[in-house]
Amino acid sequence: MDLAAIVGLNVLSGIASLVLISLGLAIIFGMMKIINLAHGEFLMLGAYATVLSTNHGVNIWFAMLVISPVFVGLVGILVERTLIRVLYGRLVDTMLATWGLSLFIVGLVTMIFGNTINGVPTPLGGFQVGAYRSDLYTPFLALVALLLLCGVVVVLRFTRFGLIARATMQKPDMASALGVDPDRVYMATFGIGAAVTGLAGGLLAPVSGVAPTMGSAFVAKAFITVVGGGASILAGTASASLLFGSINQMGSYLTTPVFGEVILLVAATLLIRVLPEGITGRFFRGSL
Amino acid sequence: MSDVTRRKFLGSAGMATAGLVASPAVLRLTALGAEAPILVGSLHDQSGALGTSGQPMVLSVELAVDEINAAGGLLGRPLKIVSYDPQSNIQLYSQYAQQLALKDKVAVVHGGITSASREAIRPVFDRFKTLYFYNTLYEGGVCDRNEFCLGTTPAQTVEKLVPNAMGKSGKKAYIIAADYNYGQITAKWMTKYCQDNGGTVLATEFFPLDVTNFGPTISKIQAAKPDLILSALVGGNHTAFYRQWTAAGMKGQIPIASTTFGLVNEPSTLDAKESEGIMGAYGYFQELTTPASKAYIDKLHAKYGQGIPYVSELACATYEGVHIWAEGVRKAGTIDRMKVIEALEGGISYDGPSGTVTVDKPTHHAIRSAYLATVHDKLWDVTGSYPNQKPLDTAAVCDLVKNPNDNQQYVVKI
Repeated sequence: MDLAAIVGLNVLSGIASLVLISLGLAIIFGMMKIINLAHGEFLMLGAYATVLSTNHGVNIWFAMLVISPVFVGLVGILVERTLIRVLYGRLVDTMLATWGLSLFIVGLVTMIFGNTINGVPTPLGGFQVGAYRSDLYTPFLALVALLLLCGVVVVLRFTRFGLIARATMQKPDMASALGVDPDRVYMATFGIGAAVTGLAGGLLAPVSGVAPTMGSAFVAKAFITVVGGGASILAGTASASLLFGSINQMGSYLTTPVFGEVILLVAATLLIRVLPEGITGRFFRGSL
Repeated sequence: MSDVTRRKFLGSAGMATAGLVASPAVLRLTALGAEAPILVGSLHDQSGALGTSGQPMVLSVELAVDEINAAGGLLGRPLKIVSYDPQSNIQLYSQYAQQLALKDKVAVVHGGITSASREAIRPVFDRFKTLYFYNTLYEGGVCDRNEFCLGTTPAQTVEKLVPNAMGKSGKKAYIIAADYNYGQITAKWMTKYCQDNGGTVLATEFFPLDVTNFGPTISKIQAAKPDLILSALVGGNHTAFYRQWTAAGMKGQIPIASTTFGLVNEPSTLDAKESEGIMGAYGYFQELTTPASKAYIDKLHAKYGQGIPYVSELACATYEGVHIWAEGVRKAGTIDRMKVIEALEGGISYDGPSGTVTVDKPTHHAIRSAYLATVHDKLWDVTGSYPNQKPLDTAAVCDLVKNPNDNQQYVVKI
C-alpha cells in the first residue's frame, strides 16, 4: 500500500514534469507552427536564472515563479523580433535558425558560467509514507502543472487577448482587416510560450543538474509529447503527458531505467503510426 | 581572470617581438642543433563538455614545463609546449594527433581524457612512433609499449573504496551506474570487490546519460533496503540523482560511495546538504595537506589565480606525467623514443604532489598512492591514504616484458 502510494507519486511526477517541459513548446508550435529547436535552451536559461538569483540571495520562490519566466519571456521576445519574425511560414528555415540559436545559447552560457554543474537546494523537504520517504516538491510540481493548464484555458477561452490570439492564428489577414496587429500578437504569443518554458526551467532547477547542455535531455521528450498530443494545445499536452509520463515511470519502476526510456519511445512510435495526427487528431477534436 | 589574460597577451606579444629581434640568433642555434627547443605535445579538451576537466590538465603541463625550463631544461635544451584543443570532439583528437606526430614532430604527447579519445589517438601515435602518456584514471587494461598510463585503475581505488564503505555501513550494496563502457566495467569491479569482502549486491541499475528523473529508482532503492549505495553515475543529468535523493529526505539514511562524484567540482557547486558524506577514492585530492601537494596547489594558484577549476587526480597525474617523462629523458640522455621508453622501464620514481609515483615495467602503468575521502562542508576530507598501490587489474592480463609487441586493451575478466 505504501509502495503503491509512492509509485503513484512517481507517476504523478513524471506526468507533471512532461506537462511543464512541453507546454511552452505546445503554445509556440500549436499556435504559430514554429518548431523551436532552442526549446531546451530556453529551459536551461530558466534554470540558470533561478540558480543565479538564488545564489545572489533572492528568495527561491520568487526566483522560480517570477524571475525565470520574466527573464526567458524577454529572451523569447528578443528572439522573435530578431530571428523568428522574418521566418513565419517557413517551417524548415525556422528549424535551422532555432537549431543554430540553441548552439549559440549553449556556447554563450558555457563561456560566461563555465561548463560546470550547478544547483540550488530543493525547498519544502520530505515526508514519510509508511516505510518510504518522498519529497513534498513533487506534489508541488504537479500542482503548478495543473494550475498552468487551467491558466491556459482561462486565457485562451475567457480573455480578449485569448480570443484575438486564436483568431490571428486561424486567419491572420482577416484579423488584420478587423484592426488587430498580427505582428504584435505573434510577438506576445512567442513571449508567453517562452515564459512558460522559463517557468518550467526554474521549477526543474532544484531537482536537476543545471549545466549548459541540460536542455538536450528534455527537448526530445518535449517534442514527443507535443507531437503525440496533436493539434490542440491543452488537451493534447495533457493527454500525451498523462500517457507517456505513466508509461515511462511505470516502465522504469517495473523494469530498468533503460527499458523505461525504450518503452516510452516504442509507445510514441506506435501512437504516431496509429494516430498520425496525435491523440487530439482523433479524440477531443476541436478542444483547446 | 581578465588580468591574467592581459598579462598573458603582453607576455606573448613581448616574446613575439623578442623572437623577431632575436631570430637570426635562433636560426643559427637551430642550425647547430644545440639549443633548439624540445617539443612537448599537449592534447586536452579546453572547451566543450570536458573543458572543465581539461583546463587544469593543460595548466599542469605548463607548470611542469616551466619548472623544468627554470632548472635549465632537458639535455641543455629548453622545452616548448605544442598544445591543441580537441573541443571534446573525437574527430579533432585524431586530426590533432596526426598533426602533433607528423607536422610538429613532438618528442612526447601528454593527452586524452575519456577512454574513447585515448583509443582514437593511441593507434596514431603507435603508427607514427610518437611516445604517448595518458595521465587519466580509467577502467584499466591497456597494454601498449608505446604508451604510459599513469592514472589510477579500479584495482587501486575501487578496491579501497568498496570495503571501507561497507565497513562503515553494512554488507548489502545497491549499484547505480552510467550505461556505457565505463559504468558497465566499473559496476563489475564494484560487484567483485563487494563479494570479495563478504558482501552481496542487491541490484545493479544502469542509466542512459540523458536520464533526469530518478524517482522510480529512489523508490526501488527504498524497497530493497540496502546498507550502501555504490554510484558510478556520470555527467550533469545524473547529478540530479544526488539532488532528488536529498529532496526525498534519504540523505544520511543510506550512505553513498562513488567512483565519479567530485572528479570535476561537484562538492563546490552543489549544495552542502546534497554532497555531505559522499565517499570517494582517487589518486589525488586538492585538499591533500602534504607539503608536496600544498606546494603544487600554491604554485598553480600563484600562476593562474584562485579561480581555476578544481585540481583533481586528472591534473595532478598530468603534472607528474610530464616530470616522469623528463626523468626518463635525463636518464636516457636523448629524446630518442625507444631509449626513453627503456629508461622509463628501468623503474623511474618521482615524488609528486600525490606521493611517490613509480613506473611499473610490465604494464607501463603507475604504482602510486590512492586516497579515500568523504565530502564534508563542500570539501573533500581525506580519511585514508594507501601508498604504493600496484595496478593489479592490468597486471593480470598485460606483461610487456614477455610480450613487448602486445598492443590492445584487454577487458579484464572479473
